[in-house]
Amino acid sequence: MSSRDLILGRVRRALADVPRDGTPPVPEQSGRDLRYEQAVDRSYLREHGARSLAETVDLLAENLADYRAVVHRATEEELPYVVMRLLAERGPQYVLVPPGLPPEWMSAADPTRVHDRAVSTPGELDKVTSVVTGCALAIAETGTIVLDGGPDQGRRRITLIPDHHICVVRVPGQVVASVPQAMERLDPTRPLTWISGPSATSDIELDRVEGVHGPRTLEVVLVGEV
Amino acid sequence: MSGTFVGMPAFPKAAHEAVNNPTLRGNLRHATHTIRTKRAKAVAEVSDWAELREAGKRIKDHTLRHLDGYLVRLEESVTAAGGVVHWAADAEEANRIVTELVRATGEREVVKVKSMATQEIGLNEALEAAGIHAYETDLAELIVQLGKDRPSHILVPAIHRNRGEIRDIFVREMGAWGRAAPEGLTDSPAELAEAARLHLREKFLRAKVGISGANFMVAETGTLVVVESEGNGRMCLTLPETLISVVGIEKIVPTWRDLEVFLQTLPRSSTAERMNPYTSMWTGTTDGDGPRAFHLVLLDNGRTDTLADEVGRQALRCIRCSACLNVCPVYERAGGHAYGSVYPGPIGAILSPQLRGTASEIDASLPYASSLCGACYEVCPVAIDIPEVLVHLRERIAQGGRATRDGNTVVLKPAKGHAAERAAMRAARWAFSHPGALGAGQRLASRTRRFHPRTLPGPGRAWSGTRDLPTVPAEPFREWWQRTRGGKDTTK
Repeated sequence: MSSRDLILGRVRRALADVPRDGTPPVPEQSGRDLRYEQAVDRSYLREHGARSLAETVDLLAENLADYRAVVHRATEEELPYVVMRLLAERGPQYVLVPPGLPPEWMSAADPTRVHDRAVSTPGELDKVTSVVTGCALAIAETGTIVLDGGPDQGRRRITLIPDHHICVVRVPGQVVASVPQAMERLDPTRPLTWISGPSATSDIELDRVEGVHGPRTLEVVLVGEV
Repeated sequence: MSGTFVGMPAFPKAAHEAVNNPTLRGNLRHATHTIRTKRAKAVAEVSDWAELREAGKRIKDHTLRHLDGYLVRLEESVTAAGGVVHWAADAEEANRIVTELVRATGEREVVKVKSMATQEIGLNEALEAAGIHAYETDLAELIVQLGKDRPSHILVPAIHRNRGEIRDIFVREMGAWGRAAPEGLTDSPAELAEAARLHLREKFLRAKVGISGANFMVAETGTLVVVESEGNGRMCLTLPETLISVVGIEKIVPTWRDLEVFLQTLPRSSTAERMNPYTSMWTGTTDGDGPRAFHLVLLDNGRTDTLADEVGRQALRCIRCSACLNVCPVYERAGGHAYGSVYPGPIGAILSPQLRGTASEIDASLPYASSLCGACYEVCPVAIDIPEVLVHLRERIAQGGRATRDGNTVVLKPAKGHAAERAAMRAARWAFSHPGALGAGQRLASRTRRFHPRTLPGPGRAWSGTRDLPTVPAEPFREWWQRTRGGKDTTK
């Protein structure tokens, strides 16, 4: 007998006491399954508290900063100059740029741009100081930005190996209040990376230290009129 | 579960040693108190905590009740997304599958994300025996691995080490494993973290095979989730060409949407954060991004036996947040090593004897490693009634009875060393069903109270050695009641 059959057989015998209707509500296709939705009570909140759009964006900024991301705000026109300034503060350098980054974001900056190619080795990427990306969305209540590998975000490795990550969030369009609202908007078939502040560890006497393996500096630029 | 901690003494003996180690007690006290205070604050921020906890409990219970269906569904969706699913009935089979997969790549070293499942099966040791070197990349796991030590906490495995000890381990051991610790390394956490960063980065950048566990697997979509803080997880999950994930079969959630519950409750319960710094989700393989080959090893290793126990199966709801460890008065004093398993603390006390069976001395002692104060149940984000399972397992150990081992029903004999407990319970049962004898016994006890010893004889001495024996009243309650109220309730 294969281990697959063995394990499934053991599971079925173990559940002999559980009444079975023969049709476990396994979702047949991606999306909502009504039988399952009836089985689980979801009386928890979709959002904690009532906020205006502007208040939600403020909460995002506050929670990002609380976990030691550096938050900047800019209008569309100011954005290229903010990016330029943030890159210049790190000195002359190589900057990774995902293929679909809007060109105007980098129009004022003049660093040496590096493009992530399939043949680039992690060792080559390790020589790059900064990376500039967009995001899929940001979650205000937890201070989280989510990347989904879209053209303005690139492969997962480019936001991981460089020590300095500048992430641009369009407000209010890309901001959701809560984790449940984020799940609704994300596509599970894409590789997703949720980022809440810079890399951190609390493994030594529970003292929080920023920057172990991921970028040690996370700068989030909130772009928009709110 | 394999005998990871072979030859461990029973809990009371191991705990006794830990309790007499002042450094260990200091480290543990500081850590558990810090994190339990932070957790309470993080939980208080969320007004619907009770509803989230109930939803988490119901999702997990529902999944377990239909586990066969969800396992098959998960296999389909992972396969459709480009992954390969393997099934492992026990630790040995899981280790063999992983070893063969690594061998097939031609590599001799792998980088590892912290994973309870691979610790449970002793994967590092199995790989080492096959000539494959496994590098732990979580800072705490690195400290444990370099220190040739064992983890003592689910979330912060090096919780028993203070910064001075960690510095000494780094200075002494790092050079033998790769990049040595920097000259003049001090014990500041920032410097220690930097040393780990430099030491591990060279391993990440050249690694061709990564091994992980997963916090969740979504049956509907085939998505796996790893929740972490340092970025070592992201490194292992995205840089290598081959990714092998070893995951217990109970880690399934049915739908994508279910993650919204656990991504709210897990970080707040474990690290007391609104959200952990990094969460990675991947569904099979993605062209041009991340590993080209993805293998999922579904691990049973005692889980189906646990599922067969109607009271004990709730332990499979566990999402390994470790909140129960941090509030447990027993864990705080005894430390994680005393539990003789990769799963310490209250959850370990119910999980280990179920996964491994109660044949060994340590496993038979674990259900007694508790004061039944209930704090663990209070904080559990999936509402596992740990005290209920502890009492249930105590009964099985003292009385024997039916249990499931390797899929077969076995009848366990009462464990050795519990004869006095059984005799006392039998006597109590008889006395309570014979009121006349009970009354006579109580009267006798009252009249002879001046002659009662202050400590118990025989095996009872261990109990009375640290406690005052309750004194017997001069008159039994029932007699007092008869005498003063004439057996009638005068308040009416």
